[in-house]
Amino acid sequence: MTTATETQIENYLRQYGEFEKKAKAPEWLRAIRREAMEAFAELGFPTLRHEDWKYTNVAAIKREEFEPVSSEAGEEHISAIRRRIQALTSELDGPRVVFVNGRYAAELTDVRGSGARIGTLGEALEKRPEAIEPYLARSADYRAHPFVALNTAFIGDGAWIEIPERTVVEKPIAVIHVAWPEGKPAAVYPRNLIVARRESQATVVEIYVGAEVPNYFTNAVTEAVAEENAVLEHVKAQLESERAFHIATATFHQARNSIVRSTTVTLGAALAREEPACVLDGEGGEATLNGLYVLAGTQHADSHTTLDHAKAHCGSREVYKGILEGKSTGVFNGKIIVRPDAQKTDSKQSNKNLLLSPDATINTKPQLEIWADDVKCTHGATIGQMDAEALFYMRSRGIGRKEARNLLVAAFANDVLDRINDAPLRESLKRHISARLAGKGD
Amino acid sequence: MLLEIKNLHATVNGNEILKGIDLKIGLGEVHAIMGPNGSGKSTLAQVLAGRDVYAVTEGEVIYDGKNLLEMAPEDRARAGVFMAFQYPVEIPGVSNTYFLRAALNAIRKQRGEEELDAMDFLARIREKIKLLEMDETLMTRPVNEGFSGGEKKRNEIVQMAVLEPKLAILDETDSGLDIDALKIVASGVNAMRAKDRSIIVVTHYQRLLNYIVPDTVHVLSNGRIVKSGSKELALELEQKGYGWIEEPVGA
Ligand SMILES: Nc1ncnc2c1ncn2[C@@H]1O[C@H](COP(=O)(O)OP(=O)(O)OP(=O)(O)O)[C@@H](O)[C@H]1O
Ligand SMILES: [Mg+2]
Repeated sequence: MTTATETQIENYLRQYGEFEKKAKAPEWLRAIRREAMEAFAELGFPTLRHEDWKYTNVAAIKREEFEPVSSEAGEEHISAIRRRIQALTSELDGPRVVFVNGRYAAELTDVRGSGARIGTLGEALEKRPEAIEPYLARSADYRAHPFVALNTAFIGDGAWIEIPERTVVEKPIAVIHVAWPEGKPAAVYPRNLIVARRESQATVVEIYVGAEVPNYFTNAVTEAVAEENAVLEHVKAQLESERAFHIATATFHQARNSIVRSTTVTLGAALAREEPACVLDGEGGEATLNGLYVLAGTQHADSHTTLDHAKAHCGSREVYKGILEGKSTGVFNGKIIVRPDAQKTDSKQSNKNLLLSPDATINTKPQLEIWADDVKCTHGATIGQMDAEALFYMRSRGIGRKEARNLLVAAFANDVLDRINDAPLRESLKRHISARLAGKGD
Repeated sequence: MLLEIKNLHATVNGNEILKGIDLKIGLGEVHAIMGPNGSGKSTLAQVLAGRDVYAVTEGEVIYDGKNLLEMAPEDRARAGVFMAFQYPVEIPGVSNTYFLRAALNAIRKQRGEEELDAMDFLARIREKIKLLEMDETLMTRPVNEGFSGGEKKRNEIVQMAVLEPKLAILDETDSGLDIDALKIVASGVNAMRAKDRSIIVVTHYQRLLNYIVPDTVHVLSNGRIVKSGSKELALELEQKGYGWIEEPVGA
């Protein structure tokens, strides 16, 4: 007898077989994809019994028969997508590379004159596979993580960004992944690779959006490398449509004296999971992982972060904030690893949550694994309601209840957004989130 | 008559704090309310402003011909009621200027006046800030966050000066001020005295009333107004304390 789980895995194995027949790839990548598929077949979908997935139930993803999108998006869709992107990114006038249903969309892309090398994984795999071989599938662990395994088995396209040595790229580089499937529930596997060479500096923003219907599953992996003394600002904006599933991993491998600041904004999807992870693998590095999740209705979002101190004299900072309405549920799990060599580590973590409804819930947990003795690690978490005194104070001055509430909630959120250095990007996100916050609730 | 409070009873968590307040305030008058700690002065002020942790169990309040107790706090403010808090609230992340402009525009909208943009607004508040000798940098900081006690009180008076209420209730705005700050705050309040504006000053200290001279002084004790008189009453209270005042006849 075959179990439901086996049927699901068979489905993915079949899809992998079809994909592998069509997709051109160098032999080393085929080997990785094969190994990843085997790993997924072995691991299966996680269940609530897995410690790391205790509060996030992916049964709904497992149940649905998602298929990779086989055809290109039609003309009429392209113009709708163009309008959508324009509305989202009107403040940003830097280069952008766009993917629709996991495929490069040349007609929506504009990467002229940025100083960075911005291309696609698909093209690089054809023309210069040796340039990406040292980085692809090196940090995101497909042997242990079922969704990374699934994404890796289907590596096909995504952004490939290289910031040359000593180059400073002024404007943020936007990587936009659009899910716009027709008909059947679709699975999309975006895969991005970012390499910031020695002493370079750049900002990369990943934006994920999608069509309202039908439902789809985005399983994204981004691998980033910051070489010595490089500065990489990274923003991830998850603005998927209401019914979507979004599961993503982002790894940042940091060399000596590099700085990575990543902010993850979670607004969309019915079920979302973000796993940003920094490995501080050289002395003097600095890693910042900030995040904001704004949830309503029956949304569920899980932020599983990792700050891995492998070498001495590194600092890490983490500020995660959540705003939860309705019956939404949130998870924050902040892992900080300090390995035996990582003396003089200085790490600070905080997670603050604002529950706007009695039915919303948040599970928050720091997870410290400290193997060195001369380190500073602090962490703290709070869960609170709307400040009734502040609300009354504002109303007593004539500010309406709804406006007062929106101001307070926006102020709570802006504490995270104000930490984004690039002003147009910051203002664009603030505008988007304020509108979202004002539109929800009563 | 701008304000008429009749037999007002209010409770918090089931405990009766106001036990039948009667008070009438005519347009243009300044009334002082004094009384021992815990007698219910702030409760009265908060009830008038509309704080919902206090439940009104009996009585009524007529303000400017309207049933005040039926109005939402923001509607009271828009109708001209202003209460300077004994303990002003800190609002992290919301700038003082933004806050005050939002308040003023809400009130102006109610009055059918045009909303002010940031430039017009700044021009308008500059003189009030000067009058109260307030540090301008406080305007760009989050509301009351990290302000000293005196700065918070001054900020309340700046708000009053900008919002131009019809009825101002100042709850211990003089507490915790040194004499120089007290004079500044008092002159800010005096500048607001007008034929069409009434002011209630809640205070523990007769000293304030040397600068803001009231028309009438009331003593609030154990949830009731137990004595009312001219400004000389404040001097008497200063000398003798509250002990000599008996419960009113018939209470
Ligand atoms: N929110 C509240 N919750 C519980 N008790 C309260 C609350 N507000 C006031 N009280 C109680 O009501 C009584 C009156 O308090 P109130 O603050 O009105 O006194 P007050 O006259 O303003 O005193 P003070 O001169 O110290 O400011 C006190 O016993 C106080 O403890
Ligand atoms: Mg008081």
